[in-house]
Amino acid sequence: MRLAGGWSDPAFRAVATQAMVLALVAGIIAFLAINLIGNLEERSIRTGFGFLWQASGFEIGQSFIAYSASSTFAKALLVGLLNTLVVAILGIVLSTIVGTIVGVASLSRNPLVKPLATTYVELVRNVPLLLQLYVWYAVLTQMLPAASAAPQLLPGLYLAKSGLHFPILHSGAGLVFGALIAGAAAALAYVAWSRRRADLTGAPALLWPRAVLLLGPAIAALLFLAASTPFDVPEPTRFGFSGGGLVTPELTALLIGLSLYNSAFIAEILRAGIMSVSRSQSEAAASLGLSRAHTLRLVIMPQALKVAVPPLASQYLNLAKNTSLAIAIGYPDLMSIGNTIINQTGQAIEVIAILMAVYLTMSLSISAFMNWYNARVALVGMK
Amino acid sequence: MSAAVPKLRQRLFGSVGNSLLTLAMVAAFVIYVPPLLRWAFIDATWVAAAPDVCRANGGACWSFVHEKYRLILFGRYPYAEQWRPLAALALAIMLVLASCSLRFGWRTVVAGWAIGVTAIIVLMRGGALGLEYVPTDLWGGLPLTVFLALSGMVGAFPLAVVLALGRRSRLRVVKSICVAFIEMVRGVPLVTVLFMASFMIPLFLPGKVQVDALLRALAAITLFSAAYLAEAIRGGLQAVPEGQEQAAEALGLTYWQTSLLVVVPQALRHAIPAIANLFIGLFKDTSLVGIVGLTDLLLATKQALGDPQWRSFALEGYIFVALIYVAFCFFISRYSRSLERRLQHDRS
Repeated sequence: MRLAGGWSDPAFRAVATQAMVLALVAGIIAFLAINLIGNLEERSIRTGFGFLWQASGFEIGQSFIAYSASSTFAKALLVGLLNTLVVAILGIVLSTIVGTIVGVASLSRNPLVKPLATTYVELVRNVPLLLQLYVWYAVLTQMLPAASAAPQLLPGLYLAKSGLHFPILHSGAGLVFGALIAGAAAALAYVAWSRRRADLTGAPALLWPRAVLLLGPAIAALLFLAASTPFDVPEPTRFGFSGGGLVTPELTALLIGLSLYNSAFIAEILRAGIMSVSRSQSEAAASLGLSRAHTLRLVIMPQALKVAVPPLASQYLNLAKNTSLAIAIGYPDLMSIGNTIINQTGQAIEVIAILMAVYLTMSLSISAFMNWYNARVALVGMK
Repeated sequence: MSAAVPKLRQRLFGSVGNSLLTLAMVAAFVIYVPPLLRWAFIDATWVAAAPDVCRANGGACWSFVHEKYRLILFGRYPYAEQWRPLAALALAIMLVLASCSLRFGWRTVVAGWAIGVTAIIVLMRGGALGLEYVPTDLWGGLPLTVFLALSGMVGAFPLAVVLALGRRSRLRVVKSICVAFIEMVRGVPLVTVLFMASFMIPLFLPGKVQVDALLRALAAITLFSAAYLAEAIRGGLQAVPEGQEQAAEALGLTYWQTSLLVVVPQALRHAIPAIANLFIGLFKDTSLVGIVGLTDLLLATKQALGDPQWRSFALEGYIFVALIYVAFCFFISRYSRSLERRLQHDRS
């Protein structure tokens, strides 16, 4: 047994194994790198990130910041990132709303509602997302009427082949935005105040004042503007619409597809979470005289969320990553703009490295946020 | 029977809200379902017919599927040779069903797969036994989708087991390499990994080595699913009681004997539901190879719809393909549930 340094010594073996694994990985990386350098030279591909500051030379269909063909590649990537983030955030909100409705419906005792919810979940979950995106895109671009025959859903709101046209304000976006921020601040202040009050007196924190405080000022600002300044209303003409704002069919298809697909998974997660709370909990709450709404909000949900938040987090991560399917229906997200840049510059390695770094950062931020939220709900449950 | 009626009434009309819900559902059913059935069945065109006949009938145009099913199911594989992918697909499905039945020992299964996979490759590729050579860029349709999913999953397994064990390893270097790989791959979308494979694999290999597009996509899918599979297996590993490992060590088994003969088999049993979910996800995700230009089932359907005559019948084509995906996913989930039950039963 005195074979210090020999293979039978666990300490030696540990060090030797690690050294070997490290050497193997380093060897593979070196092999790839040498090939890469050789190949790049042979094909005379430029390297480095210098190209980012050159003019891109292509237009982008949808942009939330000022962009033109003379803007840089870096700015093009930024436009793509913003487009991706918009879809990811809206998708998360919409899929959570739809998923919650379907999840609750699948627990309903109504014999008509429950099978409908279950069928929805089973069908939507088992069809590839890409296929669903193609379907929505086909529906929106082929089956809707042209501009001249577009139905007016609400005054000034048209749904046509070219997308959803809606009236916009000529000015005053700043006012609405400011009102929204003020509302958010007021809602946060109310949360802090009601929590302190709940600790002191036991009066429960209410939900509706938060919603009113959050959205009220913005809605009031919108109403004020609507009454005082004229809107830029889209006008159907023979060749399309003039004026107004536009949600492109690509964005609509992507949003509907992503939201519905993920809502089926979210519904299942929430259903499992609620089912995991033992029935005696709601019976105990009922015998204490709590109303059904209070039972759900104060007794069932906190315990259900504890179970549901970790899988919910990975579902949100999936949604954020799945926004990259936008490339298949031509929505200019980060991935599809990256692809255009690769085709223009040939610098695949740099562009793919940037894309991967951005997606990785996005994923890590979402999981960090969800971990924080999970720690919060877990703590509430333990108190 | 008499007790059921009041119960049903209670469930349908128990409260005002519930009654409104029930009425709304009935109304929606009456408004939407009859036209849908009319479109899909009554007004539909079922026989081979020209697009104009479909338009005249007004309903769904299943003639599109009738006209294009060879293109949808087999992609651009030479028309006269399409019995070969069909036979290969049948062989693959038979192999899967035979292995799934758990009636054969593992040696038989491995031998069966070795022979079967060789036969499938010969059938698909040709160039031997008097079969005409068909390059991989002509492979397509349902066989391609099934092969990608199967080989992506099976190929990922060994790597996933190593990664999962590595992530639990006491050796710090091994552990950090595994964690870095798993988290990096799980943090990026499959599309970027497929892009990386199709653009960068040629750059990373010695100049003369050519890797065709199918193998590149397969490498991407394998690496991608290995990271997810590793996490599923790790979840299973955590469910294996520590005593198992200690007992194996006490018997003098080495690390690899302990892991591969004692711990991993038990972990896999716990991981069955997670693995089945991953496989369903992978089966659906193979559709993304269309983005890098492989003619899988979905891209083949899109190409069939590229025919200007039939363009307006996209919905019919997509419904047909969706049904195929649903059927496969349904089988996988049913099988995983029965397997879970059977293994549960074995243990008790």
